[in-house]
Amino acid sequence: MKLIIPKITFWRVVAVLIVIAGLYSTYLRLFGGLSASTNLSDDFPWGLWIGFDILVGVGLAAGGFSICAIVHIFNIEKYKPLARPAILTAFLGYLLVIFGLIYDLGKPYNIWHAIIYWNPRSVMFEVAWCVMLYTTVLFLEFIPVVLEKYRYYKILNFMKKIGIPIMIVGIILSTLHQSSLGSLFLIIPQKMSQIWYSPLLPVYFFISAIGAGLSMVIFEAYLSARAFNKGIEAELLSRVGLISVIVLMIGFVIKVIDLIVSGNFTLLLTINNYSLLYYLEVLIGIFIPFGLLIQKTFRENRRWLYASAVMVIAGFLLNRLNVSISSISPETGVSYFPSVNEVSVTLMLIVIGLWSFKLIAKNFPVFTEEMHQEEYEAKLKENTATN
Amino acid sequence: MLKQKAILFDATLCVGCGECYLACKQANDLPETNTDFLKDHLGANTYTVVEQYEDVYTRKLCMHCVDPTCVSVCPVGAFTKTELGPVTYDEDKCLGCRYCMQACPHHIPRYEWSKVNPRVRKCIMCYDKIKNGEQTACAEACPAEATIFGNRDEIIEIAKQRLAENPDSYYQHIYGLEEAGGTNVLALSPVPFDKLGFATNLPKEPLPTYTAKALEKIPGVVAGGGVFLAAMYWLTKRKNKIAEEEKQSNFTKE
Ligand code: SF4
Ligand code: SF4
Ligand code: SF4
Repeated sequence: MKLIIPKITFWRVVAVLIVIAGLYSTYLRLFGGLSASTNLSDDFPWGLWIGFDILVGVGLAAGGFSICAIVHIFNIEKYKPLARPAILTAFLGYLLVIFGLIYDLGKPYNIWHAIIYWNPRSVMFEVAWCVMLYTTVLFLEFIPVVLEKYRYYKILNFMKKIGIPIMIVGIILSTLHQSSLGSLFLIIPQKMSQIWYSPLLPVYFFISAIGAGLSMVIFEAYLSARAFNKGIEAELLSRVGLISVIVLMIGFVIKVIDLIVSGNFTLLLTINNYSLLYYLEVLIGIFIPFGLLIQKTFRENRRWLYASAVMVIAGFLLNRLNVSISSISPETGVSYFPSVNEVSVTLMLIVIGLWSFKLIAKNFPVFTEEMHQEEYEAKLKENTATN
Repeated sequence: MLKQKAILFDATLCVGCGECYLACKQANDLPETNTDFLKDHLGANTYTVVEQYEDVYTRKLCMHCVDPTCVSVCPVGAFTKTELGPVTYDEDKCLGCRYCMQACPHHIPRYEWSKVNPRVRKCIMCYDKIKNGEQTACAEACPAEATIFGNRDEIIEIAKQRLAENPDSYYQHIYGLEEAGGTNVLALSPVPFDKLGFATNLPKEPLPTYTAKALEKIPGVVAGGGVFLAAMYWLTKRKNKIAEEEKQSNFTKE
């Protein structure tokens, strides 16, 4: 057998260092509890692991259901090459969210209690169920790729038949829990800065997840193109980029109207930490990318498109951290900043995610068009004939 | 019907002796956390504290809300609003998501951050004692009638009486009658309540109604979304098919 020694590159070294740091933090979390590994406190019971690993992780996976709806429900076939990478991103994203939850929950071994002890009044309960069900749906949506590789055409044919209902269920589940992540904060109107608090939080979470999820598709496509030269048509991606920023802009317009109607618009006119954070969030996440991608020259330039996608993702990240951490005024004057361990675990999750994506995309037909019904049947016949 | 119980804390009568603090520690078997009780804070081992604001003493403890936020947000129903009024906690159900801490309008639940097997900690109104008809440990210990315990309706009457009999010593408000739907720990004070660190920016309606408004929409989203998506699928598929056929017939015509 030939021994394969991976080439040592800068990013590989960084990735290995991150994983080592992450594993050390995992050790601290396991044996020292939350206080040994995080800066969480009674004043800040939620930190980076909820704000980033859960809120951002789930949000960025929204590309999965958005592309799925475009391709399979609205039958806009030309986006089809994006469907599989988007579904894979989403599937891995949700697995990582669950993985991240294991770090964050005080008693992770009780995670399954959400199945047996019900509290339908709780938004968290709804989110838990949607995430469980949707992860299953994503598995079912992705499994054809595996079946294709190993030529299980019979099951594939069956999966094909139940495909559309499954996708519809997936889109509904996504709509529900993407927005519900925003609803989580509806119960603390008096604790949050009114710049972010609004009865429309679920709507904003839903819209921004679609926008950022689509940019995530561009991001992944760019990375994959670099990794194995089987890129996706640039034209298609630039359209996705345009849709992404338009969706985000619509969200912003609704937000401004909302701020004016509720009379909270004046909060943006005084300069303080809150308003500055808000400006930063919309500038990076919405305005600059919108200004760029609305122009054809930038949109069709790979680098600018990629840079805009990264900005959208960064702005989205900031938004979720703002809502879940910065906007909340603690009772006492203490503040929260994530610990080294919280950061290293988060980075480790990202590395694991990118690495699994690469590995799977390399070994399974992720970047090829899926086959049509007739082709399956032809193959099926072929197979039975040769047997 | 069981009568709901309640605690009344009267800051005008409190002498800041700390007996309630000590009694609570004893009743719950909690270790000492501070040599000076006035400097202590609520924590995983401290369910009530006495605080001093200028010359007024006040107490802090779980308010045992009438429609408690913590009960409504817990995904696994680890908190229960008991019939008697106390809000209790079941550590065996809890997952440790800490949504209860994030959501409580009075900043009450505390967490055992340093434990590998952490629990949420807070006052449970001596549930085991009051089930047997006893008082809470703090009310029992109070030498000044500043903390008293009884049926909620009677407690409210007493509070009203005190406000009426000594209008000059009181700020004319009973805290806990309508704050976020009301509480089973009521309070009286000589000064406005925000001066004693009470949450005074709460809406009148219980906070769970805020999330209920969003949760109510779920059946509609499911039904409407399902119909919409299925219809869209059918329509666009048909459109594509017709377009395809037209293309073909044009092709054959040519
Ligand atoms: S004060 Fe907080 S912890 Fe106590 S019952 Fe009310 S919501 Fe629950
Ligand atoms: S930390 Fe425990 S008690 Fe609090 S909401 Fe989560 S599961 Fe419920
Ligand atoms: S025991 Fe009574 S008087 Fe003493 S601090 Fe507590 S409430 Fe005040």
